[in-house]
Amino acid sequence: MDETKKTSRRAFLRGSAAVAAGSVAGTAAANGPDPLITELQDWASYTGAGVDETPYGLPIRFEQHVVRRNVEWLTASPISSINFTPIHALDGTITPQGCAFERHHSGAIELAKEDYRLMINGLVDRPLVFTYEDIERFPRENHVYFCECAANTGMEWAGAQLNGAQFTHGMIHNMEYTGVPLRTLLNEAGLGSAGELSDKWVYVEGADASSNGRSIPMEKALDDVLVAFKANGEALRMEHGYPVRLVVPGWEGNMWVKWLRRIEVVDRAVESREETSKYTDVYEDGTARKWTWVMDAKSVITSPSPQMPIPHGAGPLVISGLAWSGHGKITRVDVSKDGGITWQTARLGRQGEAKALTRFYLDTEWDGVPMLLQSRAIDETGYVQPTKAQLREKRGENAVYHNNCIQTWFVNAEGIAENVEVS
Amino acid sequence: MSKSPNLLLPALGFAALAVGVAYGVSTRNYKAEEAALAQLQAERAAEQAAAKAAEVSALEAQIAQVQEVAREEVRLAALSGGTLSEPAPEREGTFGLGREAHPQEIAAWDVDVLPDGRGLPEGSGDVWTGEEVFVDQCAACHGDFAEGVDNWPVLAGGFDTLADEDPVKTVGSYWPYLSTVFDYVHRSMPFGAAGTLTADETYAITAYILYSNDLVDDDFVLSHENFAEVEMYNADGFVVDDRDATEYAEWRAEPCMEDCKDEVEVTMRSVFLVETPPEGGSNSVMNPARDIALPSFTAAGPSFIPEATPQPVETAILATAPAEPEPDQGDALVATGEKLFRQCSTCHEVGPGARNKSGPHLNGLFGRVMGSVDGFRYSGGFETAMEEGKVWDEAELAAFLADPKGYMSGTRMSFRGLKTDEDQAAIAAYLSAASE
Repeated sequence: MDETKKTSRRAFLRGSAAVAAGSVAGTAAANGPDPLITELQDWASYTGAGVDETPYGLPIRFEQHVVRRNVEWLTASPISSINFTPIHALDGTITPQGCAFERHHSGAIELAKEDYRLMINGLVDRPLVFTYEDIERFPRENHVYFCECAANTGMEWAGAQLNGAQFTHGMIHNMEYTGVPLRTLLNEAGLGSAGELSDKWVYVEGADASSNGRSIPMEKALDDVLVAFKANGEALRMEHGYPVRLVVPGWEGNMWVKWLRRIEVVDRAVESREETSKYTDVYEDGTARKWTWVMDAKSVITSPSPQMPIPHGAGPLVISGLAWSGHGKITRVDVSKDGGITWQTARLGRQGEAKALTRFYLDTEWDGVPMLLQSRAIDETGYVQPTKAQLREKRGENAVYHNNCIQTWFVNAEGIAENVEVS
Repeated sequence: MSKSPNLLLPALGFAALAVGVAYGVSTRNYKAEEAALAQLQAERAAEQAAAKAAEVSALEAQIAQVQEVAREEVRLAALSGGTLSEPAPEREGTFGLGREAHPQEIAAWDVDVLPDGRGLPEGSGDVWTGEEVFVDQCAACHGDFAEGVDNWPVLAGGFDTLADEDPVKTVGSYWPYLSTVFDYVHRSMPFGAAGTLTADETYAITAYILYSNDLVDDDFVLSHENFAEVEMYNADGFVVDDRDATEYAEWRAEPCMEDCKDEVEVTMRSVFLVETPPEGGSNSVMNPARDIALPSFTAAGPSFIPEATPQPVETAILATAPAEPEPDQGDALVATGEKLFRQCSTCHEVGPGARNKSGPHLNGLFGRVMGSVDGFRYSGGFETAMEEGKVWDEAELAAFLADPKGYMSGTRMSFRGLKTDEDQAAIAAYLSAASE
């Protein structure tokens, strides 16, 4: 928006809001010298921690609020539940494993590499069993992909519910995976006896008590699906499927089977619990849509947001957020400060890989006047992230899953943000 | 052939090694016949190596070709702004990794059931047996009549609610295939003891769930033979993803950038504010300001500037986070017990404000008469124990946990128990500490 074009009402509002801004720690020069600079500090005089004090490093204690958090009343038990990535407090695109959201159906299990077995059976030439060591002997690839739970933002179908980007959009993480293409393993077992492949499926399941079986069409299985054993350079965490999980780029997180133990080539979808009774979208007339695997383009402003108020008053402000699309690359993100009346195109951070998170920034000057902040992602197919009204018009409000609506934060003159819904 | 054996490594393996050894041996000053023998061995190895080398160079050429194609793809992708990683090489043949799966291994793991009934084990079960097994194994979470306890899934009813504001999605009202029920129950239930139900028990439970949903009569017997005859209410209730036609076609237009609306109103404020305490988790509290109007917006800005409402602010935004408390060595047993209790916490609460869940709360357990917690519906065994005035102490708890169903016949607790003395002592220590 053209910052010079201000009406008199806006100028008036800016004047009255300016009172609330200002008084920020660290800018006390007018009141005398800053003792943090003029006085010798302990850390500048005494020695610090030695090497190996923490053999595996953890965030410094000042950052210990940046953790996954659950919302207890959402589920019956934490064993079959979900928590949320603190996306509001992160920057860049890579999610550290230690704070990447968890979703378990029967709890996270401890499965040692030496106890790990992966079976490929069904319509293959040779049913095979691999050990963990076998997996590491196949040629491997590295890719960054987002993993988003189909239920991310699901609460918001019913309106503005939970106050925080972590809770509205935190069922997502983005990691660099190291893994073997599923195609390579399927070829090892041989697909000759499967005949025509276009109508075949692979059914994948995990080693945990839920087993969380899902059917994936062969075309996707032979495309970009990975059998991954490392994330962000290190072994997968227990809660993300150690030692081996499936990575299904751009598709709903439930298909990314953890503790992957079996891949079966079948001639139809199995129609398991997780692809019939769950992860299907009920529409207004009571019919439901199934096989809604791709996660459509979506974005959210992570700062400012309810957990990240503007602490500094009027002046230079970095508006920052995340955008992603299961259909490919994010090509553009627009930001609105007035609830969608006017839009500005944001600057993309490092261009993400297809089906990976992209960071965006709008480097702006805040006049201290309340804002209705929104972001809108556009992907390489030209798809434009819809408003909540557009989604509801198509699907009603009972879909539970696949809510990729434009999110709105109301930011008041004090810089405090709140989750709201707008007309 | 090449005189440089390491050119062929590592692909040649054994043959190259043999050449290397033979070459080394033949250069030493041994007796003539040994040298001749070594010479012979070297020649044979060389022949083998030559054959292998031809094979390898053909393979290498093939790999090089694939990689060249891949590199070209990467180069093209990079030119168009992509960051594709170079694909892993593929082989015409196999890598020869892994081993053949044993038929018994496949039988153990491949238990999924397809909608047409393929994969079903032989067996049968009737509704009444199903009710017994269900009450014993499933009712703690799903309720005696499959009506669901607390937040656990409701399995029965909900008919004609799918078009309502809050549809009740049960096996009866929503699930399109009966195979899904059998498959899931057999493989993944009961929660905490998955994979322990026999085929007949699973048929019986499935029959009972059908009965609870008025899909069959009470004399119904379900088996692998009549499985395909059962018709589910919502079999035709699903359509395959059609977003490309219904949504994408419309939402791929160039979006509006200016004057997109005249005015924007805030139609709803956040229902919950979410506190994020330093110890983790979150507390949802009703937003006290949710009924207070916020300004509407035009291109000129907001209609007014509202008063700030108090918000929970993340504790650690204040730079001084509390230091970690020093762990007390004396509490090790309690700590172990706390860890073990996670297995119990699905059904039991202990500590301040503990309530009954699908199991009774455990505050003040030791010294408490068995079966005596108000408002909890006990099984017959515990009711009898209460009438007899039996009291919980550490020894009774240990005996119960060692063999729950053996100790208390008919208990609805589906937990398999804690077998070792150490675990039983730890859980007792934790329960004592936590109820203080």
